[in-house]
Amino acid sequence: MKATEQEIDSAWALLFACWLVAGASTLGALFLSEVMAVTPCVLCWYQRIFMFPLVLVLPAGLIPFDRKVVRYALPLALVGWFIAVFHVLLVAGYIPEGIKPCTQGVSCTEDQIVWFGFLKIPHLSLLAFSVVVALLVFSSVKYSRRKDSR
Amino acid sequence: MKQKTLLIVSATLLILAFIGGALVYDAKRSEEAARAAQHNLSFLVRMHSPTQGKASAKVHIVEFFDPACGTCKAFYPFVKKLMAANPDKIKLSVRYAPFHDGSDIVVKMLEAARKQGKFWEAMEAVLATQEIWTRNHRAQPQLVLNSLGGIGLNLERLQREMDAPEIGALVAQDIADGRALNVKATPEFFVNGRPMPSFGYEQLKDLVETALADAYR
Repeated sequence: MKATEQEIDSAWALLFACWLVAGASTLGALFLSEVMAVTPCVLCWYQRIFMFPLVLVLPAGLIPFDRKVVRYALPLALVGWFIAVFHVLLVAGYIPEGIKPCTQGVSCTEDQIVWFGFLKIPHLSLLAFSVVVALLVFSSVKYSRRKDSR
Repeated sequence: MKQKTLLIVSATLLILAFIGGALVYDAKRSEEAARAAQHNLSFLVRMHSPTQGKASAKVHIVEFFDPACGTCKAFYPFVKKLMAANPDKIKLSVRYAPFHDGSDIVVKMLEAARKQGKFWEAMEAVLATQEIWTRNHRAQPQLVLNSLGGIGLNLERLQREMDAPEIGALVAQDIADGRALNVKATPEFFVNGRPMPSFGYEQLKDLVETALADAYR
């Protein structure tokens, strides 16, 4: 019994870490747009649409711990992840300009900020979504293993 | 219970980090802006800019202005009131930052009106009817002409002159200077070379009052 409780605890901790990443990403995105006045491009907005709700959705699965949290958090995270992949490929030039969905406002391929000479905003987004997806999956795996051992 | 505490504490820390970061960033940026403005004083004041108020006034407000910008409209009477409260001590120069689509054409109309000696009348007429000629944040130059009808301008001459190369050069210069001064939003005010520390009526008023106190001791 003690072991399973530990496993719930670690599933909870992974989910909590996931929420921390989502929270940091959300505040980071808001910092860029509201404090540093960097205008988000269209693709950035779509990624925000799938990241911001996680900040509110995940706590609903944290308190009390709900093993079904992956069912309602993972779809958001996955769609956001795919958009982030698309954005990174677009910025890297692997996707031709022609199917670029940005028609007005800020260009999605314009490098507004480059850190350390290579790290751009879409990379951070992809990193954040990847970590969120990974943590959600790990947390769910941890929990179902507990179920199997029962 | 422990988990709930952990969640709440983390959320609070995240938000505090955000607020702290924002404060630090803002302080650093306004310091940089003030330094840049001092450094780029030559970009800030150009002989070509329309200027209102006595030439000998010691307090000089330079406004980066977009005729289609609603906040510029809201600030205009406030600035006029500041000037009226301190007669002959404040002058106002207008620089163009036509950020909205179509605004550059409206700016050219204002400059063409200036050639007929009716710049400020035209500016006030354009601001007064702003809601009518802006659609979805896009200026409709054709509708602006209607607004300019009532102030005694020769509209035919205005339309002929608004595309004059010297007007184009003036607007291009203003846009380039705005970029050099890091003007990213309108209205942006500089009072004797100093930008507002943050945006707002009170901040502008404080800046003007400090400048007045310094200049007219």
